[in-house]
Amino acid sequence: MGGPGAAGYDRPVLVDRSLRGPRRATGHDPGAEPRVTHATTTTAPVGKRYDPVVYALGREKIREYARAVGETNPLHHDVAAARAAGHEDVVAPPMFVVVYSAEAIGTAMFDPEVGIDMARLVHGAQEFTWDRVLVAGEEVSTVMTLDEVRHVETADLTYYVFGATTTDAAGEVVSTGVWTNIVRGAGS
Amino acid sequence: MSDDATTPETPEAVRWEAGAALPELAVTPDKYLTVRYAGASGDFNPIHVDEEFAQQVGLPGRILHGLWTMAQVARAATEAVGGDEAPGSLRRLEVAFRGMAVPEHPVVVTGEIKAVEDGLATLSLTARQGKARVVRGGRAVVRVPEAN
Repeated sequence: MGGPGAAGYDRPVLVDRSLRGPRRATGHDPGAEPRVTHATTTTAPVGKRYDPVVYALGREKIREYARAVGETNPLHHDVAAARAAGHEDVVAPPMFVVVYSAEAIGTAMFDPEVGIDMARLVHGAQEFTWDRVLVAGEEVSTVMTLDEVRHVETADLTYYVFGATTTDAAGEVVSTGVWTNIVRGAGS
Repeated sequence: MSDDATTPETPEAVRWEAGAALPELAVTPDKYLTVRYAGASGDFNPIHVDEEFAQQVGLPGRILHGLWTMAQVARAATEAVGGDEAPGSLRRLEVAFRGMAVPEHPVVVTGEIKAVEDGLATLSLTARQGKARVVRGGRAVVRVPEAN
């Protein structure tokens, strides 16, 4: 990733990347140069890139998740149905991304260097893009980055925006995510 | 989980054109849904699973996981496509979370097709519980089913 963050840590600037601004079709772009529009003091390491987290998709976990969210399509539950449709094994629902990303986003959000006060945290917004379905038996790897920390004075809220990129065993991107969390009060 | 599933309108009946409505999706999560979703997702934040804790921090009681509600929005989009193409049809989904939802009350997802171009449909979706919009600004991009 070029620009700020290439070495892992950034100088303390805020990066304005509007959630509703123009964007590439595949969302979070790890190669994009962030547009710096203003600076505020923050001790959070904007630009920090976390170690990859590998996750092995399992048939039973896919079934469990599908049941928990009410996905009844046989492709998520029935191996024979999945194979009849041309897949190697049961297909993960697209939102299964939250399961294979869980450890990666958890590490980032609980990072003491970021300093999020969990008691004041709410999940503000979420975005995902998907390139292809994943099936049981695959291994994927997720890399998180702290993309943005923005304090909104008028509402006394601090936005923490994490980016995620997940790749498959061949190194191809299978999904991306933008996780927006809001902490009430001045945060860190 | 008690699941009212989608309205009678079948995926074949969805008109893939701007202005058309998606079949409404209504789900009533049972009392222990947040516990099962916590197990499935790994998110055991006590606001979702501990009634006493939730009330102590000023919530009405245990609240639903936002990402569970987002998964219902994803379902509304993919079930409109239906069949074997459904899981792979969802290319992009973004939502804003506002308000809270609780178990044992219906969550209803409604949506509209905003545009269809080059085989991709842009959808606008909202999830409500009662009068509260718990997911706002839902925007999805789905690959329209074959022969559309």
